[in-house]
Amino acid sequence: MTARLTATGLRVVRSGRTVLEVDRLEVHEGEVLGIIGPNGAGKSTLLQALALLERPASGEIAFEGAPVRGRELAYRRRMAVVFQDPLLLDGGVEHNVTLGLRLRGVPAKERRARARRWLERFGVAGLAGRHVRALSGGEAQRVSLARAFALEPEVLFLDEPFSSLDAPTREALLSDLDGVLRETRTATVFVTHDRDEALRLSDRVAVLMAGRVRQVGPAWEVFAAPADGEVAAFVGVETVVPGRVAGVSDGLARVAVGEGITVWAPAPPVPAAEVLVCLRPENVAIAPAGEPAEAGSVRNRLPGTVVRVVPAGFQARVELDCGFRLSALITGQSLRELALRPGDRVTAAFKATAVHLIPHAR
Amino acid sequence: MDLIWDGLRQSFWLLVRGDARVYEIMLRSLLASGAATLLALLIGVPAGTFLALRRFPGRALVLSAVHSGMGLPPVVVGLVLSVLFWRTGPLGDLGLLYTVRAIVIAQTVIATPIVTGFTVAGIQALDPRLRLQILALGASRLQLLWLLLKEARLPLMAAVIAAFGAVISEVGAAIQVGSIIRGETELLTTATVLATQRGDFGLAFALSVILLALVFCVNAVFTLIQQRGPRP
Repeated sequence: MTARLTATGLRVVRSGRTVLEVDRLEVHEGEVLGIIGPNGAGKSTLLQALALLERPASGEIAFEGAPVRGRELAYRRRMAVVFQDPLLLDGGVEHNVTLGLRLRGVPAKERRARARRWLERFGVAGLAGRHVRALSGGEAQRVSLARAFALEPEVLFLDEPFSSLDAPTREALLSDLDGVLRETRTATVFVTHDRDEALRLSDRVAVLMAGRVRQVGPAWEVFAAPADGEVAAFVGVETVVPGRVAGVSDGLARVAVGEGITVWAPAPPVPAAEVLVCLRPENVAIAPAGEPAEAGSVRNRLPGTVVRVVPAGFQARVELDCGFRLSALITGQSLRELALRPGDRVTAAFKATAVHLIPHAR
Repeated sequence: MDLIWDGLRQSFWLLVRGDARVYEIMLRSLLASGAATLLALLIGVPAGTFLALRRFPGRALVLSAVHSGMGLPPVVVGLVLSVLFWRTGPLGDLGLLYTVRAIVIAQTVIATPIVTGFTVAGIQALDPRLRLQILALGASRLQLLWLLLKEARLPLMAAVIAAFGAVISEVGAAIQVGSIIRGETELLTTATVLATQRGDFGLAFALSVILLALVFCVNAVFTLIQQRGPRP
């Protein structure tokens, strides 16, 4: 895979404080690279540095292997950025969509044709003659996306483009953007704090925490096999407990967690005695104590006590004490059927393959 | 009452007949204040843009000075420039005292802080992320500045209106550096002062009517330009 954009030794300093320090990060041709992390992790700073909008204190950014230093404007004209807010300029929709092309000296006829094509692609061709003040939030963000794609960028940057939209608008736009990205195969850097958005759009994901890249890899891998406890907590692996590998056989590790509790899990890629046991709440089923929770290959069955039940939309998060804290996500229907209350005795069941072990040197 | 009616009647005929002196004064006023406003824009817009976008030590002090300058008393400007232009003063050799050029300079000094202040306010009121978005669209440094000024065109037009209004109606500095020399440095305001003192109310009324009409027309034109396009 060739790198469209490479950042090496990137360091951004603001008011004397280093806010970003990235040893190496590549954006490959045709991929969507998701950048996730908690608020204040430096995601937008990283995006602005990569998009040549912020000059790093040190480090180098290379476009297809060539350093960009000194030729930022020329390279910036091969990129496009969509921010959280549409940031349209005062004037008409078409004026906005053609603006970047005008700055590049693209002839008027070509400008109009491209504007029409991309407004149509994002379902807002009918708004071409409108003034930007007459647009709704969703329409404005569609115009902003059309404005970016009309530039036919070689690298596209999206900085939380959906976070100021309401849920239905966001869903519709997410699905349109997904389609366009699959079709154009534009190399894209997608910054989001939303894990679901990241999983949905990204081919690879980089996890940024406190200005440093903690993990980069295929999206599923980052979510299924977080590199450390903090990444695990951020990507939604709510149960992270330290354990000790007691033995490995047939690719399965027997892990001792706490006092006399055993959890079965796929053996870690590198042999390790001390591990973090990670488990996503969606993968845990709950049954009343004594009853079989689920037929078949469920290797792990742990008796526990309900500590807390937190309804979350159509689902409910159930916190259990199984000798360690274990979190399960069940449907509202299951919650009603089981009538769970704090203090109830239950069995938590999960497959061995649902468990992910992170080698953990204490 | 007769005095008022006589004055108004006289001024009516002066205006209708197209009195050469009246129109000469009007033209001179318009050119002097127009030139001063233009010069103030040429200095104040770049200065205001710089102050709005750059952070440097002492910036707050410069901004305070600009804001104080927006209310600069014209007689103080007139005094300082008179001393500078005085025959034995530091710029006496230029022979500017009691010329229209001196008046233009004085009015420029009065108008520049107004334009600068409005420009700073206008650009700082823009969403700071708009700069990033414009750069991300592929704008060069110059294209960025041009687009930001276009976005701030409402406050910039307000700057033109305020600056022109301030200088066309100003009297003190104009008398101090330009005096009221018939056929040479008379302005609508200064000639009105003189005519009033002499009891020539017909001329005074005529000049005042023209002054009011001029201020209204110029402001109307700029307001129309400013308010073009749909509003929310």
